[in-house]
Amino acid sequence: MEDKNKFVKEVAEKKYEYGFTSDIQTEIIEKGLNEDVVRLISSKKEEPEWLLEFRLKAFRYWQTQEQPEWGHLKMPEIDYQAISYYADPTKGNKKDGSKSLDDIDPELMKTFDKLGIPLEERLALSGTAVDAVLDSVSVKTTFKEKLSERGIIFCSISEAVREYPDLVRQYIGSVVPYRDNYFAALNSAVFSDGSFVYIPKGVRCPMELSTYFRINARNTGQFERTLIVCDDGGYVSYLEGCTAPMRDENQLHAAIVEIVVGANAEVKYSTVQNWYPGDAEGKGGVLNLVTKRGHLRGANSKLSWTQVETGSAITWKYPSCILSGENSQAEFYSVAVTNNYQQADTGTKMIHLGRNTRSTIISKGISAGKSQNSYRGLVRVAPSAEGARNYSSCDSLLLGSTCGAHTFPYMDIHNDSAIVEHEATTSKISEEQLFYCNQRGIPTEEAVGLIVNGYAKDVINKLPMEFAVEAQKLLSVSLEGTVG
Amino acid sequence: MLEIKDLHAVINGKEILKGINLTVRPGEIHALMGQNGAGKSTLSNVLVGNPAYEVTQGSVLFNGKDLLAMKPEERAHEGLFLSFQQPVEIPGVSMVNFMRAALNAKRKYQGLEPMNAGDFLKLMREKRKIVELDSKLANRSVNEGFSGGEKKRNEIFQMAMLEPTLSILDETDSGLDVDALRIVAEGFNKLRTPQTSALVITHYQRLLDYLKPDVVHVLLGGRIVKTGGPELALEIENKGFDWIKAETESLQGI
Amino acid sequence: MNSEQQYIDLFTQCRDMIDRHSAPLLNGQRQKAFEEFCRQGFPSKKVERYKYTDLAEAFAPDFGLNLNRLEIPVNPYEAFKCDVPNLSTSLYFLVNDAFYEKALPAVSLPEGVVVCSLKQAAEFYPELVASRYAHLARVEKDAINALNTMLAQDGLFVYVPDGVVLDRALQIVTILRSDVDLMVNRRVLIVLGKRAEAKILFCDHAANDRQFLTTQVVEVYAAEGAHLELYDLEETHARNRRFSNVYIDQAADSSVTSANITLLGGLTRNRTDVTLSGVRAEVNLYGCVVGDKEQHVDNNTLIDHRAEYGTSNQLYKYVLDDRATGAFAGRILVRENAQHSVSNERNANLCSTKEAHMYTQPMLEIYADDVKCSHGATVGQLDEQALFYMQQRGISREEARMLLKFAFVGEVIDAIALEALRDRLHHLVEKRFRGELSRCAGCRLCPPEL
Repeated sequence: MEDKNKFVKEVAEKKYEYGFTSDIQTEIIEKGLNEDVVRLISSKKEEPEWLLEFRLKAFRYWQTQEQPEWGHLKMPEIDYQAISYYADPTKGNKKDGSKSLDDIDPELMKTFDKLGIPLEERLALSGTAVDAVLDSVSVKTTFKEKLSERGIIFCSISEAVREYPDLVRQYIGSVVPYRDNYFAALNSAVFSDGSFVYIPKGVRCPMELSTYFRINARNTGQFERTLIVCDDGGYVSYLEGCTAPMRDENQLHAAIVEIVVGANAEVKYSTVQNWYPGDAEGKGGVLNLVTKRGHLRGANSKLSWTQVETGSAITWKYPSCILSGENSQAEFYSVAVTNNYQQADTGTKMIHLGRNTRSTIISKGISAGKSQNSYRGLVRVAPSAEGARNYSSCDSLLLGSTCGAHTFPYMDIHNDSAIVEHEATTSKISEEQLFYCNQRGIPTEEAVGLIVNGYAKDVINKLPMEFAVEAQKLLSVSLEGTVG
Repeated sequence: MLEIKDLHAVINGKEILKGINLTVRPGEIHALMGQNGAGKSTLSNVLVGNPAYEVTQGSVLFNGKDLLAMKPEERAHEGLFLSFQQPVEIPGVSMVNFMRAALNAKRKYQGLEPMNAGDFLKLMREKRKIVELDSKLANRSVNEGFSGGEKKRNEIFQMAMLEPTLSILDETDSGLDVDALRIVAEGFNKLRTPQTSALVITHYQRLLDYLKPDVVHVLLGGRIVKTGGPELALEIENKGFDWIKAETESLQGI
Repeated sequence: MNSEQQYIDLFTQCRDMIDRHSAPLLNGQRQKAFEEFCRQGFPSKKVERYKYTDLAEAFAPDFGLNLNRLEIPVNPYEAFKCDVPNLSTSLYFLVNDAFYEKALPAVSLPEGVVVCSLKQAAEFYPELVASRYAHLARVEKDAINALNTMLAQDGLFVYVPDGVVLDRALQIVTILRSDVDLMVNRRVLIVLGKRAEAKILFCDHAANDRQFLTTQVVEVYAAEGAHLELYDLEETHARNRRFSNVYIDQAADSSVTSANITLLGGLTRNRTDVTLSGVRAEVNLYGCVVGDKEQHVDNNTLIDHRAEYGTSNQLYKYVLDDRATGAFAGRILVRENAQHSVSNERNANLCSTKEAHMYTQPMLEIYADDVKCSHGATVGQLDEQALFYMQQRGISREEARMLLKFAFVGEVIDAIALEALRDRLHHLVEKRFRGELSRCAGCRLCPPEL
């Protein structure tokens, strides 16, 4: 018990430890956004004509749209012309696209070392394959060969465009069309890099696949795009982690994740999001505006989103599921922690189209400091979704009297055989619990950490082991100094 | 009165009853014993027409009529009553409204006028005494907030109200203490007539001490494997079921 | 579609006539309301509060208005048979928006209590009306408020002075009656003094089968320790469109219960907006909706906890049949200084057919940390086990369904404190489910089912 407390205390004293910047020679294109920039990104990545067309269509659509205002968020004005849309840290000393370990800038290696992300396969502890993305470019994907033996494709999306154009062309934009929303249109126009996963029919991926995203360069936006296709009977567990340096100005991150799940296939997608949240006065931090959606196409397919959101100045994301396949099952587990001036507006959409589809939503919001934390979710049961079931539970915990916790669930039910249940509670840490811990000798700050971790346990338990440990640390760090 | 022939039934695709043959005559009490999973509750559910169970083979005649062709409520009107093992709670529906609806539905089936409110309440009061059911319980919602014992007494009370000719008691003794068991069993005995019969499902002798069955059946693997007099129940009380199992297996040459 | 224009034109052309038949105090608010209405227009369905009801469409048809205050020939006693047995009430009538002076209760009210036409009140008791009229129902906030304030000429005023307890419930029967399709803009102001107590029952009826469009704005002030029960029962018909905005402001230690029972109607939209301004204020909102055919019922609530130790409870239940649409959006706002607030909200719904739609949207917005808030919403069907149990006892499946539906909404009705009204409502709801309420309960003038 004592050791555990010590551990919690140690981490509780930490500040944002990923806030360093790396001095890596990086090729950054001019700030600003217009059709030429879109063409330039496409040409730098040597993309085929169809993809450039896709980008341009998205860009033209984006230009006709206005930034949405409906979230429970105070969004700073984003000057889309003051951002550089492409930064390539690998171009400092090399020209060609191949990335053997020896070719990578040692500074860059150090960066990922500091983050604790093993790019050298021999250092990998748990047999997790990693795709590391720095700024706009994927720097290294590990364990590729081992995976390819089973027909699994795991590479950067740029590489996938070159190597597997038919697959990419078939699925990109099929789950999140560029017209979906303002930020999806922006991403579709300027997306830089990200991961691509293809699991063939009947193949269970033998290891966790993981992508680490990091924004390094100043005044750049990150617009990664991830596409996961899990064919009939396949299985994959995918992890995503993110960090960024401390900078005074806001950094824009507008990503898209698309997942296609075939019949009897299962995808688990876990995120530990720890982008730089800004300082204690609310200066700087990442604007995390993300569209994530999975399409459960086949019968008996399963998709589960698990997210631990502790970072970013603003989080705006709703990992969603379209349940088309009969008997398909979707889950959403979320812990969102906000402190200082952070704002989170996050949740999910469960769109039930197929018969006997099931969805579960468990959301835990924790607000501290002067932060605002909102759950926003939609459960829609279409007339075709005979026998659909949903259970949602959204709990909020308030630490302090200057923060806000909000829930905005929407339920649209168009089938009489549906059973949909929603529960929500808002409370604070009980004095009795704290006193009980105090009486047993646990200081209040540690007790809060313990109680919060207990509160979030249902969700944390859904994460793969090593991610769960990291998530627990993050929870404590994020709430540091909230008890006064 | 009740004639079951070669009855087979499945639930969720699994066959539970594999050929039941059983005849109950007016005035008889039959005990049905057997271990968990033998099919006792399935039989009672099939007899009252629970839609979760599907009859795949066989026939059941009740007073000469095809029982299986009837809706659950018609079976009730014909005089079949099940005292549920776990009576469901129905929040918001008061016992009074519930019983009145049940009684008048039966009267309508019999071509009688609905009972007037005064007579009905009087009847409720009379019948309540049989199982010493508190008047407060009668004003509450059906089974809601009742203890296990109260629920079982409430079942017998309803039996008293509806005056069935064949009652099935599905583990009515489970979860009852000695006093509650006595009240329930004595209540049941008060309701007996030379024309009424019962099928009593139980694990234990103690209920049978009160009810004095005429015939005892042992159900095993979805079939009745042994039938005897009251002494069979005592033998099971002393020796358990294993000897019957062994006997059955040796008979089948396994 | 530009639904606004006809109202803008109407106001510009008929302003003199409107003013002439109203009171200066009411007229004084029109210009601002008009400007606000021009500025806002009808909110589109993109506006969160009006997401589920299309205002522009509802207000598009050309309705007549009785701006000249012509007397509508109606004998309310003939029209009215929906008395509540065993409940002796002080009975008043509103014909369309006009207080019916010719039928006043024989029993006199306690000293100082006022129940009269709003127009009259504005003239005789300006000190009571001026500081309150159009203060809660702000025209900047809502297009219905603006439209109503711009056009309303009369309505009802209720005043209960400090310390006065009204033993008898006030029953206000509103009767819609017209020979042409009619728009009615009704205005109600209810003021309860300190520790005053009152029970008010509104029965909303339509006396013939013309199309009606009603906007009703109700402002309620409950002073320290006041106690109010407000019941609103709608039994109109499929061609009625009702937009009712109720604003309640509660001072310390006051307690208000407000129930909306929607049994029959065409398009119903009830907005209830409660501000708990004083400490320890308590509010209970109940809603019971029985909808079928093409009925559309939208209950939209806001409870604004502004002071410490406030309590709010909400319970809304819907049973939807045929192609009916139901919507419930309940927002709970707990402000920073409203520590120790307790707030519960529950919405449960039964859809009986595939074509029935339910939208539910509970919202919690919490800015204080020492609070207990919860909400729950469910959409589902009747319990199969319970249905079977009842069948085993000889109750037909159809009858069993009826009993369960009845029990389902019964929970809301049981929450009503007025016993005689509760019994009456149980009876009405049962009749409604049995399809016997095709005419509103016993009104001779109510048209047969359309």
